[in-house]
Amino acid sequence: MSSINLPPMDSTVVSPLAVPRINLKRKPRFGETLVRIILFLCAAVSILTTFGIVISLGREALLFFQFPGVTITEFFTGTDWSPQSAKFGVLPLVTATFTTSLIAMVVALPLGLAAAIYLSEYASFRMRAALKPVLEVLAGVPTVVYGFFALTFVTPLIRSVLGNDNISIYNMLSAGLVMGIMITPLVCSMSEDALHAVPDSLREGAYGVGSTKLEASLQVVVPAALSGIMAAVIVAISRAVGETMIVAIAAGAGPNFTFNPLQSAETMTGHIARISGGDLSYNSIDYDSLFAIGLLLFFITLVLNLVSRALVARFREVYE
Amino acid sequence: MAMSQPSGSSNTSNSLSASQQNSAQRQRKATMGRMIFSLSTIVAIVALLLLLWSIVNRGFGYVAVRQKVDPATLAQGRPLEELSKDELVTILQAGVTRGVFRRYDSEKPFAERDQTEVLDLVLERVVGQETIASWTLQESLFSKPVIETELRDGTEKDAKKWAGAKLEWRSWVTPDFLRSVGGSNPAVAGIRVALLGSLWVVFITMLVAVPIGVGAAIYLEEYANPKSRINQFIETNINNLAGVPSIIYGMLGLTIFVRALEPLTSGAIFGVQGSNGRTILSASLTMALLVLPLIIINAREAIRAVPSSLRQASYGLGATKWETVRDHVLPNAIPGILTGAILSLSRAIGETAPLIVIGASTFIITDPTGPFSKFTALPIQIYDWTSRPIEQFRNIASAAIIVLLVLLITLNLTAVLLRNRFSKKV
Repeated sequence: MSSINLPPMDSTVVSPLAVPRINLKRKPRFGETLVRIILFLCAAVSILTTFGIVISLGREALLFFQFPGVTITEFFTGTDWSPQSAKFGVLPLVTATFTTSLIAMVVALPLGLAAAIYLSEYASFRMRAALKPVLEVLAGVPTVVYGFFALTFVTPLIRSVLGNDNISIYNMLSAGLVMGIMITPLVCSMSEDALHAVPDSLREGAYGVGSTKLEASLQVVVPAALSGIMAAVIVAISRAVGETMIVAIAAGAGPNFTFNPLQSAETMTGHIARISGGDLSYNSIDYDSLFAIGLLLFFITLVLNLVSRALVARFREVYE
Repeated sequence: MAMSQPSGSSNTSNSLSASQQNSAQRQRKATMGRMIFSLSTIVAIVALLLLLWSIVNRGFGYVAVRQKVDPATLAQGRPLEELSKDELVTILQAGVTRGVFRRYDSEKPFAERDQTEVLDLVLERVVGQETIASWTLQESLFSKPVIETELRDGTEKDAKKWAGAKLEWRSWVTPDFLRSVGGSNPAVAGIRVALLGSLWVVFITMLVAVPIGVGAAIYLEEYANPKSRINQFIETNINNLAGVPSIIYGMLGLTIFVRALEPLTSGAIFGVQGSNGRTILSASLTMALLVLPLIIINAREAIRAVPSSLRQASYGLGATKWETVRDHVLPNAIPGILTGAILSLSRAIGETAPLIVIGASTFIITDPTGPFSKFTALPIQIYDWTSRPIEQFRNIASAAIIVLLVLLITLNLTAVLLRNRFSKKV
């Protein structure tokens, strides 16, 4: 900032250091400042988005709770969601979300983790190079395609195994299973990253004391990568809770307060998609009720994501 | 490969020490573990194969087609495909009542329709072409006799419906499928409007999201002080936004773009009449917000990978910050940025839920003409067709999925090639 102290220039005294005076003060550069402001605004768009979500969902949800006969207590504890008869208990939608997500996790977590351990600990370099793109393809398939898969392939398969009378055409089991398949690549690639980051010295130490490959993997490498794996699990749950198209296509229309995966039931996301897909007049109670569900959904996933990040930050084992 | 263990060399020996027994057991467990892990990987791959098979299975196969009128009699033996549009319009006019003809004309004037569209109408209304049954690829390949029996039984039981039904091999994905507009008859329906809608949406999405995303990434990597509160807040925020379910973005788009900014998104302030906020522009802006975190995260990684020696050399020559970024950092980060952009592009093409909430309509027969058109999109069309109970709609749904997947695979391959090509250079 400050200019270099040159001896005072005097015309009478000819100094050996006579250099023309340079002003090294920072030149105001309006272009630079402008660019900086524009770039900051770009970054601020993300903040605006978050505020936009909270405000727009919150405003409509608030309007919803101001309708006569709608109470927050009923919303959170009521077991009947039927807008026609003005019953707004969110629990049936929550149980369906819970059931489908649980099935998805039962599929995705063991499968994804085991595949991650295989890729990171067992597979040869060439095997890894061949398998990772397959998982990437699975991860890149749009969810509406998984919905098609659930309804036209998995559901008929399950029905032919269990008998058509025991399970409805639209059911949570099929939706949950396919959701699990959809989430497996996510669990796998996130856990694989975590396992891969564990330094080899740990593995070598385990082998040095006579471990088998399995013991080294399960008792040394996996615990060392646990924070990353936990983060993967939580992100996977958040994905399952927010997943829309598979449940909208395969789990059925109409809220149903049940944990039975063989029945049809509508999840929070499925309900939002179905109702908003129809003709809906703004400012009606049906319209506003969707935003109350949306807000709940937003907070559930937000908390899950925050927990996941906190886990990584807190329990990360830093090597070297 | 499994580690070699100093295990007991023979199980037949009677004098196995405890540790040797233990070791044999551990070895067995290790083998089991290895099998379970590789099996899980195989299960994942089988799942992918089943997914692809379930799509292809309905994309090809035998169909039973019935025509009320033999098309050869309509134009003196010339195939309908070779007729000009005007000839087809004449045939259509002769074949349907005047009221029906006028309705089609008011839906979309015949002057604006092209030959394929008129041909579809002729096939549907005059020839009365109808697909009354379809079989999956599996059935068509392995149980043709069963299909023929079904056809015979059908004719016996319901002669009216099945009269004159012919078995023919059908690939549901055809050039015509790409060119025809959607409709209520799966035999002649196509995805033209949906495909154009999707292309418009992702085009504008990228136009909006890439500059903003790259700008944000530059700010966060090059300008921002990583310790300042606001910048840390922005970072956490971006990471959280990446985890918000897509349907929530749809609700955001519905309240902000469709309703609050309706004069802008419907084009009213630009003098466009008679549309509401449920336009391509609203969908694109929503999609842009959705893919923004993805673009930012990828672009940041690309910018971070540019060696700082380049920046220092640039400063050393007296360049300003922006000159350094513009002339040195960005050109070196372009391949990474492009890869991220293409990946988010493929995300945007496949997203369905936000478009449903925003209000993509499925019954649109006119091509989108610009940002202020009503629209439908490929995934929406797939969703609509999948949800219908009639088997033939599932056939065209799988045909549409094949088109979508081909599009996505092309995009992803481009991304991979770009990555490989440029990663060698730097």
